[in-house]
Amino acid sequence: MSSALIYACTGAALFVFGVTGLILLSHLLRKILAFNIMGSGIFLVLVGLGQRSGTPDPIPQAMVLTGIVVAVAATGLALALVRRLLHFTGEIRLPEEP
Amino acid sequence: MKNLFNALVIVLFAVLGLTLIWVILELQPPTHVHLSKQVLTQLDASGVTHPVTAVLLNFRGYDTLLEVMVLLLALLGVLAQIGKREQRNLSAWFRLSQPYLQVLLWLVRMIVPLMVLVAGYLLWVGGHQPGGAFQAGAVLAAAGVLLNLSGVLPSWAEPAWNLRTGLVFGLLVFLLVAAAVMVVASPGLLLQYPPASAGMLILLIEMGLTLSLGLILAGLFLFLSGDAIEDEAEK
Amino acid sequence: MSNLVLDLLLVIALLWSALRSLMTPNLFHAVVLFIVFGLLMAIVWVRLHAPDIALAEAAIGAGLSGALLLDTVGYLHKKQRESLS
Repeated sequence: MSSALIYACTGAALFVFGVTGLILLSHLLRKILAFNIMGSGIFLVLVGLGQRSGTPDPIPQAMVLTGIVVAVAATGLALALVRRLLHFTGEIRLPEEP
Repeated sequence: MKNLFNALVIVLFAVLGLTLIWVILELQPPTHVHLSKQVLTQLDASGVTHPVTAVLLNFRGYDTLLEVMVLLLALLGVLAQIGKREQRNLSAWFRLSQPYLQVLLWLVRMIVPLMVLVAGYLLWVGGHQPGGAFQAGAVLAAAGVLLNLSGVLPSWAEPAWNLRTGLVFGLLVFLLVAAAVMVVASPGLLLQYPPASAGMLILLIEMGLTLSLGLILAGLFLFLSGDAIEDEAEK
Repeated sequence: MSNLVLDLLLVIALLWSALRSLMTPNLFHAVVLFIVFGLLMAIVWVRLHAPDIALAEAAIGAGLSGALLLDTVGYLHKKQRESLS
């Protein structure tokens, strides 16, 4: 098993951690953390799976590079929304389902 | 009930995770698509010698163009969230009278010029080695955050016209180059640089992108942290 | 062999920091663990022969995201103190 494949499997595990956290955690900041971890998992799968034969593949690398920059912009936007919610309602968790 | 639901979700996603890992281990490499080989054979026509930069700014330049728009949209979203407010000079976080903060200030004044130098180097080296506009922009943004945290650079309130120009500058350069290339060099084809001048055009786009990405990414932090100060000033 | 050991250690540290950053009760600890996670990711990208992504991840994933999140945690704590007093 090549090291790229090990990291691809790790990416799958991280994706599952992230998506489980995104659903189960109610604190919005934790949801943002979970969302970022989920994204990192996907990036690892993309790059790891792309070069399992051992040669570096520039295409997934370029895609992930843009993905990281977009992820931080999304995080900033999400944090702005969370702060707005906190400012107006004083709540940092989503309301429970009735 | 809630615990049962949580346990069910965890079990379901554990199964999903194991299935994903199994699929990754079983998946055979594609036999008829060789994108990375195509990149390497076409590399001479791209104007740069580093394959990742070639993919980002030449072969998939369209993606990068749209990505800059996505980043601008995210920043506009942040700006919409922090609301409208009057222009005023926001005070810095720290009072710089304490001696230990003088050390911080000195350190920042040493480091920030170095960071700008590193950003310039990363931008230039991107053509033939790892580096490029994204990394350079990130380093510039980090320098901005550092300046803000140490109290040198005040947080931003409302973007004035010069800041607005800086934010869209990279996108404008990109669009201008795309339009010029489409009209002059290869009619009807988007971002199809002529191989002879591709390297220069890519460097031009990257210079614009570095400045704008640095400002956009720094803006995400500087606008948000300014919001908190403004919040305090309301009281 | 030593490469495999390094990979496995990195994987364990990566999974542990991700899990802890989601589970730990203290929000500040969670964000710090997330920054650790970002730095570990940067090392992983080097192991995957992707120095471009490693540079971006170190500056963005660990630096900028961390600063944004920590700033929000500080804002949140301030708000909570205000609502208590």
